[in-house]
Amino acid sequence: MSADIVDRITHSTAPKKNRRQLSGIAQFWLIFRYISLTIILAMVILPIYVLVVNSFKGISGVYLNTAFELPKTLNFETWSAAWDWLAVPMGRTLLFVTQSSIISALIGSINGYVLSKWRFAGSNAVFMLFLFGMFIPYQAIMIPLTQFNKAVGLTGSIYVLVLAHVVYGIPICTLIFRNYYASIPDEIIEAGRVDGASMVRIYRAIILPLSIPAFVVVLIWQFTSAWNDFLFAIFLTGGSPKLAVATTALNWLTGSSNQVYYGKNMTASLMASIPTLLVYMFLGRYFLRGLLSGSLKG
Amino acid sequence: MATVQSKQLSARVGGFFFVLPSIIAIAIFVYGMIAYTFNVSLTNRNSASVKDIKHVGFKNYTELFADERFIHALGNLLKFTGVFLVGTLVSGFIMALLLEKGVAGEGIFRSFYLYPMAISFIAMGTVWRWLLNSSRDGDAGGLNLVLQKIGLGFLQNDWYLSPRGAMYAMAVPAIWQMSGYVMALFLAGFRGIPDDLREAARVDGASEFKIYRHVLFPQLSPTFLTVLIILGHISMKVFDLIIGISGKSYVTDVLAVYMWQVTFDITNFAKGASIAMIILFLVAIVVIPYLRHVNKTEREN
Repeated sequence: MSADIVDRITHSTAPKKNRRQLSGIAQFWLIFRYISLTIILAMVILPIYVLVVNSFKGISGVYLNTAFELPKTLNFETWSAAWDWLAVPMGRTLLFVTQSSIISALIGSINGYVLSKWRFAGSNAVFMLFLFGMFIPYQAIMIPLTQFNKAVGLTGSIYVLVLAHVVYGIPICTLIFRNYYASIPDEIIEAGRVDGASMVRIYRAIILPLSIPAFVVVLIWQFTSAWNDFLFAIFLTGGSPKLAVATTALNWLTGSSNQVYYGKNMTASLMASIPTLLVYMFLGRYFLRGLLSGSLKG
Repeated sequence: MATVQSKQLSARVGGFFFVLPSIIAIAIFVYGMIAYTFNVSLTNRNSASVKDIKHVGFKNYTELFADERFIHALGNLLKFTGVFLVGTLVSGFIMALLLEKGVAGEGIFRSFYLYPMAISFIAMGTVWRWLLNSSRDGDAGGLNLVLQKIGLGFLQNDWYLSPRGAMYAMAVPAIWQMSGYVMALFLAGFRGIPDDLREAARVDGASEFKIYRHVLFPQLSPTFLTVLIILGHISMKVFDLIIGISGKSYVTDVLAVYMWQVTFDITNFAKGASIAMIILFLVAIVVIPYLRHVNKTEREN
């Protein structure tokens, strides 16, 4: 993770000017910047604001022309209605997402370790071929993948999604760990080697204990992308209600035929977003790191 | 020495052994399956009931380019891509420019600008359908109401229901979601520029405007390229956003949605595979040169 790109973003390097009196023009620009930043903030918050205020207006209290207004009383009707619809799919999502994230992180860690510290002939080419897998449109593998699932008897099981997220998560997980391990000095490995430690032993004794930050990045990245995934879910679990996950259940609820239940739809949308929003709120830094890895930038 | 070398050699072979499962998985699930899809696209599997499967060459592709719906979806995708690319690039860049020097409360602005990336479009589709509602004037809600309130009522429109402007309207939520990401990339770019450069220009008496124009912006061209590639390949694959807001509607049809309909609603696998290969091709012409570039710079370091 080259010179920690996230640190670069989060720490302004600009000289502090507070002590100096600002000139008139500088003051004008400062005010202009704050006003612009606040207007942008309002635009960015608007959609989530609408979801939040309308989730407390009850089943029949949500109207288009008052959508921006605050609720007069706090009504939790739609929360219980949305919960009835989403509880089971969200539980199922949590279960499969947890499994796929952990497996992905373990695979990524091993791959990253080898590809950064124990390179073999052609390892760079292997890595580049992995990376391309990160960018492909999954439509290009969907038809054979459904046939593969049928052939191995996975169809009808939630493990179709575990398999998909683990396999297609290999590139990004490998990338994140490889970049992270590249920042660990080779001397540490050399020292272990001189002491006669094997590759596996160096991994367990030295590398793994140092890997926690990278594990957090990969775990929350895989968690967020699998939780929010709709493409694999709709293709691989099709119309089967017994395999509904958060996004597909939500799509059935809010899809065009159900648009009359505005309040319930809004609340359900908010509810399905809560897990990933919580992760973002508390581990935003790690999320940002995963995001930047996806651009091959750090 | 000999034992150390042989030990290193065995470790390297051992390393390969540990990556092998992933190599096999990627070989099968990425490259093997792409090859399979390509093969399907060359056959006559135009419905689930075809028994006598045979190769028909590039017939499915030539038929696609004579298919009004496909051309429409491709045109939509290009319209969307244009507005999405320019809009996201400009708004993300402005966000970074405003924050770049550091302001009090920067962390709050930055965190809020980035939160849309953590939410799925299936969830945000519900609210965007409202915000992009077509009712106007007295009945207006959503963005039309906002436009009225700020005195820009003449800008009210049908958004994603408008036959001509639907794809431009669709770019609005996409810009909303991705701008923060672009901001982060540009902010990293700005803050990676050594302070000396700025200081030197200041000492030479350059105005702030000139410093940005001639010193800072040129330094950002690699970031600019990265942003274009990332946004470009995301745009080619756009799917959730469309489904989340307008479903499978004709006016907002794009390649990924059309592929889904063709493959799973009418089980025309050969045609679906052909559309998938075209999306892959569009992504590849953007991404492969970029990967080569990344590989080259990495080797130089």
